[in-house]
Amino acid sequence: MSLVPVSTPQAPRKFDLAIVGAGPAGMAAAITARDCGLSVLVVDENPAPGGQVFRAAELAGTDPALARDMAPGLDLIARFRALDITYRPGATLWMLDPDMGTLSLSRLNETLEFVADRILLTTGAQERPMPIPGWTLPGVMSAGAAQIALKTAGMVPSGRVVLAGQGPLMWLLANQLIRAGVLPVLVETRTQPILRTALEQGGIFSGLAQLTKGIGLILKARQSGMRVITGAKHLRAEGSSRVQTLRFEGGFEPCDTLLLHEGVIPSTHISMAIGLEHVWDARQFCWRPKLDVFGASSHTRIAVAGDGAVIGGWEAAVATGQLAALDAAFRLGRLAGADRDFRAEASADALLQARALRPFLDALYAPSQEILAPPEESTIICRCEEVTAGSLRWAAAIGATGPNQAKAYLRCGMGPCQGRLCGPTVAAVIAEIRGVAVEEVGHFRPRAPYKPITVQELAGAQHGADRIS
Amino acid sequence: MFRTRPDHRPETVQVYVEGRALMVPEGSSAAAAILIAGLPAIRETAVSGSPRLPWCMMGVCFDCLAEIDGVANRQACMVPVAAGMRIARQHGAREPQR
Repeated sequence: MSLVPVSTPQAPRKFDLAIVGAGPAGMAAAITARDCGLSVLVVDENPAPGGQVFRAAELAGTDPALARDMAPGLDLIARFRALDITYRPGATLWMLDPDMGTLSLSRLNETLEFVADRILLTTGAQERPMPIPGWTLPGVMSAGAAQIALKTAGMVPSGRVVLAGQGPLMWLLANQLIRAGVLPVLVETRTQPILRTALEQGGIFSGLAQLTKGIGLILKARQSGMRVITGAKHLRAEGSSRVQTLRFEGGFEPCDTLLLHEGVIPSTHISMAIGLEHVWDARQFCWRPKLDVFGASSHTRIAVAGDGAVIGGWEAAVATGQLAALDAAFRLGRLAGADRDFRAEASADALLQARALRPFLDALYAPSQEILAPPEESTIICRCEEVTAGSLRWAAAIGATGPNQAKAYLRCGMGPCQGRLCGPTVAAVIAEIRGVAVEEVGHFRPRAPYKPITVQELAGAQHGADRIS
Repeated sequence: MFRTRPDHRPETVQVYVEGRALMVPEGSSAAAAILIAGLPAIRETAVSGSPRLPWCMMGVCFDCLAEIDGVANRQACMVPVAAGMRIARQHGAREPQR
């Protein structure tokens, strides 16, 4: 019998502030926290800082398809890299104990454990699920996935490329693909009229810079000859072993790669797993952690900033990261309350500016009910366990009152992704059958380990292993 | 089906996808290597055996589970390529280790 070697027990290293995620919010928080004299740990699952928006920016900064979009991130990354902090990239958080302040991570088959007085989650956003018939076919992927492939490896889809869905990212990705030599077709699902929405929601003047950028992207894509089909409904991906056609009401587009997108929502997997209180955001159709103006959560040790707190884009993420770091310094007795409030003013102003256009964007790109709760019975909702909309409706009809009951009935949310992807759809379908609001049916309650770990990694943990439930 | 743009990403790393040597851009993930290799699927699902390719490329969906350097159930999109890395498709659930 061979024994797995385990590290000798020793107390985990302790920090004033631990930050989970090295995107704009996490980097900005680290910079501000260091400025306040805090000892800072930053852990991140990706190999380099930048988050998703500035993913691999140091590599992609010279790529003509991406350079202009990456430029604002390079300065932030350079300032972050120069900090005297402990930075652990490529490390996956699989257990966070908010009461003890312990973080358990795996990195290259090794277990890392740290303790922190305050913990800031800057885990960012993920794309809203877009469960149309056929979305599991090879060749169908999220628009964000294609953008990540372009940022990290400079690669682009070959053959006929169709973008389908809606949101600011679609126009940005279309431009990036065009610059990289790919001319896609855009099939837009938007149903809200631009002008009326703008007049109703306002923010046009204070958000003028963002609006100008957005309109520039739309004009540029159209000038490049990109075909745009608007108001598409009842989308379905078709093909035998791979996607061949995107079909919609009144038309179809042949495709070799189909890229879907319906906006982004906060990644709440960890914030929900540690039991933070969440609120339903009726404007963005998603759950988000309940926070005060500094990002402090319902747990005294934990704060949340960036798109994981509320979707606002990278400039808002920087501002909320700064606010959370100032509050951490205050709570640790390193900054007087008056100083925190004084220093917070600039960030609060920047936040207001960064969020000016949000009400307009949220209203303009509101997802339709058929995206939130797919009507066709055979549409797969849970990609891991291949649970369909039809079986979920059956489960709701015979008494599954929320996602956690449906999980016990059908295994939806019990596969490897732990409901990260199907959670919003499962809740929306149950709400529809019960005839109540989504917030009333609740959400999955994820548990540690947040990602699969090996027995060797578990054995290497002093603390996390005891607390796993 | 993806293609690389060597003019803009000239640095490459050699990996093995299903045993075949392949040069992929530095910074690629193992999932990106499979897309560049043009495999029809990265895995077959544990429930129905349906073919899948990566969906999100950012660690959310777990559709890119693959066997990397002999270890099954790895999220291929979260594993940066390294010289000589062996990336293989996963058929159904992870096999029990012998």
